[in-house]
Amino acid sequence: MTTALARDLAAIVGDRHVREARAERLTYSMDGLPTHRRLPDLVVLPGSREELIAVVRLLAALGVPFVPRGAGTGLSGGALADEGAVLLVLTRLNRVLKMDPANRLAVVEPGVVNAKLGAAARPTGLQYAPDPSSQSACTIGGNVAENAGGPHCLKYGVTANHILALEVLLADGSLVEIGSPGGEPWGPDLVGVFVGSEGNFGIATRITVRLTPLPRAVRTLLADFTGLRVAGEAVSAIIAAGIVPAALEMMDQSCINAVEDSVYAAGYPRDAAAVLLVEIDGRNPDAVIAETEVVSDLLRKSGARSVRSAASEAERERLWQGRKKAFGAMGRLSRDLVVQDAVVPRSALPQVLEKIASIAQHYGLVVSNVFHAGDGNLHPNISFDATNLDLKKKVEAASAEIMQACIAAGGTITGEHGVGIDKMRYMPLIFDAESLGAMQAVRRVFDPEERVNPGKVVPVHACREWTHARGYRVGSPGAAPRGEAA
Amino acid sequence: MTILEKVTALLGEGAVLEAGTDRVPRVAPGSPDAVALLLGTAHQEGWRVRIEGAGTWLQSDAPADLAITTRRLDRIPAIEPSDLTATAEAGIGLDQLRQQLADRGAWLAIDPPGLAGRTLGSVVSTATAGPLRHGFGPIKDHLLGVTFVTGDGRMVQSGGRVMKNVAGYDLTRLQAGGFGAFGVIVLVHLRLRTLPRADITYVLEGAREDLTQVGEDIAGAGLTPAALELVSPALARRDRWVLAVRLAGSPALVSADEAGLGAASGGGRFAPLRAEEAHAFWMRLAEGFSVRPVTFRIGGVPTASDELLDLLQHQLGDEWISASPAAGAIRWTGDTNIDRLQRLRRTLAGLEVPLTLERAPWPLRGAVGHFGAYREGVGPLVAGLRRTFDPGGALVVATEGS
Repeated sequence: MTTALARDLAAIVGDRHVREARAERLTYSMDGLPTHRRLPDLVVLPGSREELIAVVRLLAALGVPFVPRGAGTGLSGGALADEGAVLLVLTRLNRVLKMDPANRLAVVEPGVVNAKLGAAARPTGLQYAPDPSSQSACTIGGNVAENAGGPHCLKYGVTANHILALEVLLADGSLVEIGSPGGEPWGPDLVGVFVGSEGNFGIATRITVRLTPLPRAVRTLLADFTGLRVAGEAVSAIIAAGIVPAALEMMDQSCINAVEDSVYAAGYPRDAAAVLLVEIDGRNPDAVIAETEVVSDLLRKSGARSVRSAASEAERERLWQGRKKAFGAMGRLSRDLVVQDAVVPRSALPQVLEKIASIAQHYGLVVSNVFHAGDGNLHPNISFDATNLDLKKKVEAASAEIMQACIAAGGTITGEHGVGIDKMRYMPLIFDAESLGAMQAVRRVFDPEERVNPGKVVPVHACREWTHARGYRVGSPGAAPRGEAA
Repeated sequence: MTILEKVTALLGEGAVLEAGTDRVPRVAPGSPDAVALLLGTAHQEGWRVRIEGAGTWLQSDAPADLAITTRRLDRIPAIEPSDLTATAEAGIGLDQLRQQLADRGAWLAIDPPGLAGRTLGSVVSTATAGPLRHGFGPIKDHLLGVTFVTGDGRMVQSGGRVMKNVAGYDLTRLQAGGFGAFGVIVLVHLRLRTLPRADITYVLEGAREDLTQVGEDIAGAGLTPAALELVSPALARRDRWVLAVRLAGSPALVSADEAGLGAASGGGRFAPLRAEEAHAFWMRLAEGFSVRPVTFRIGGVPTASDELLDLLQHQLGDEWISASPAAGAIRWTGDTNIDRLQRLRRTLAGLEVPLTLERAPWPLRGAVGHFGAYREGVGPLVAGLRRTFDPGGALVVATEGS
């Protein structure tokens, strides 16, 4: 260990779990988004809650900023640490502390992988419903920080709907217990405020999650369409019928072909302009069968060229693998991929998809769409080569235009990936200076010195000044945002 | 100038209402901007302000220099049936909102306690969910965003109008259940559902223990009721406890659940209510909680429901109780005093069960507080948030009690 800080940290977590060498730190210089890169000063991997608390208290005593990080699968640059900040990697805090099937809850450490929690719950007849596409790697702590979604959130809700209580370690090293196992808060809903705060309010050290009964029956339909607009209209028809599918996902032709060219080939029709993957599930098999028939009829009446029902669990898994691995499959299209994330009103999907296509054409870019159609949560993915600086500029310009189109349609800039670094520039497009100032003021209640994950989410230069209770002022000249280092 | 003269100069005579029995000047601003203007002035002048809705839920008795009612903020700027979203001002009565949504085939799946004309802002700011929480979740799950005015007159937007949104910190959830301590909600963006095409209520009378078991059997049988509510005899106006099951959704789902209900209850002892009977049953239940002087809710884990019901019976008497055992939520209403409530809150805190005081005359709620018995570290955060959003302490809210 070459610095005093590294030596002190190693005394807590052990030499092996403090990474100082540049080559080691480079591993942590990116998350799932290739357009941002930052090199942390130090990387620390605590092995227990007690070690984590000791580390944070040491950093608090020294006034050192830090960034909590889970598996690094985020898509907004939210878990990147600047020079001068310590990166706290929480993947070793990976124990399921309690499984309480009678009360349908579990208590976990933040580094528990989403899919592993699901696997732990399954023998009890329960599931952890939020299922981001990265669920085989992403952690519950990261899911809490980002308020992660996933295909099945259409019916079951996002992460915020599944967190009952949290033990939170604040930047000053103090612990706070918010929420309760029954879900009623102690006072205002601080759990609701914390979830989705992107690591800016502290670290969730113990997470009490709500589990839901596994469905007893599942039907998965694949419908294909000759036009994006017709597919978008079919989505509205299903929602208007009062049936809430477990999932309602759309992929366009570019995405279909990327999947079909990959090892994840699912048998999607290559000549379709779009496919819809619709899943109906429930506890009552008769109801699921009846609702599936209604949905099949609606899809056909809405212009589906064909509607195919998965005949076996193996076929269902294959259809879903194609969807969930679509981002990976798109890696075949180019060296780099920008996964965008925006939400529009469902009824605006057809025109927004057409607008995205025209933006892509204008810039000569390949844009593939794979998204949560039932929620109106778009993921336009732009394939490009980041070493080509001209192309990179075009990607940035096209991304900005896509965001503006979504905002103009009444939408927002992120539905599940978070703001992080990547979307900060768009925040003033949807929030005025007063509202941004309010957010920053709330952040300072939890972290007055702004030492946890600094420089993320709220563009401080765009905030109206708020006088904070503890005497700090937000938006002061010295609080300019950190520069990009991508 | 008196406060009344200043308010009249700001908003005009038309905004000033007749004072209540406590003679506190009452004003009804007609726009969110007018609310901001009033609160900004109140902050500068050092007035203490209480916020009222329709005056049907929380008692209008907090000591204040000025009462602001949201009742003229009663517009519904947008209903989008195809997107299943709506935007409504905070002072709209739930009955009016429901009707306008139903006319467009849309449904706000909440059934909070109180009278039918209770305002949307009141329901959101107190997070008072009713029996439909079983199937559709707490109030916060129905919110896409809010606009609120802080105690010093700043207008803040949070969230948006779309189904998923993680842009910025979630201040909507701070406002939902904040009891107005962190600002005054003026506009609400709502998540809707389609009006259920089938909606039927079944009731079963019996001993509480037996009904609890039936409730567990129903949950275990895989039914998906919109509401599964255990109601005390006095509140249900029946001789014995009542387990009410509401099935609402697509005809296919409701029909399948009806078949399952008979099997789960050991031979179809449940009696269906006619539509008008069901409406009257749920309305009476909701209204019952605004009749007695004190109403509170507690939230425990499902397996603790029986123990918690026993505790309430032991410490306060169980005259008027409604419980959603599977959701772990219990609501009590009746007459009690400061000592008993504080003792109960302490006892419950030891069981990891929060007690939220929903309504009570000022002397009691001022002493006990809506919130209390915080877990480790919560108090300073709540105090910090309170100072952030109401730096001058203009908003009179019994946050933690005296």
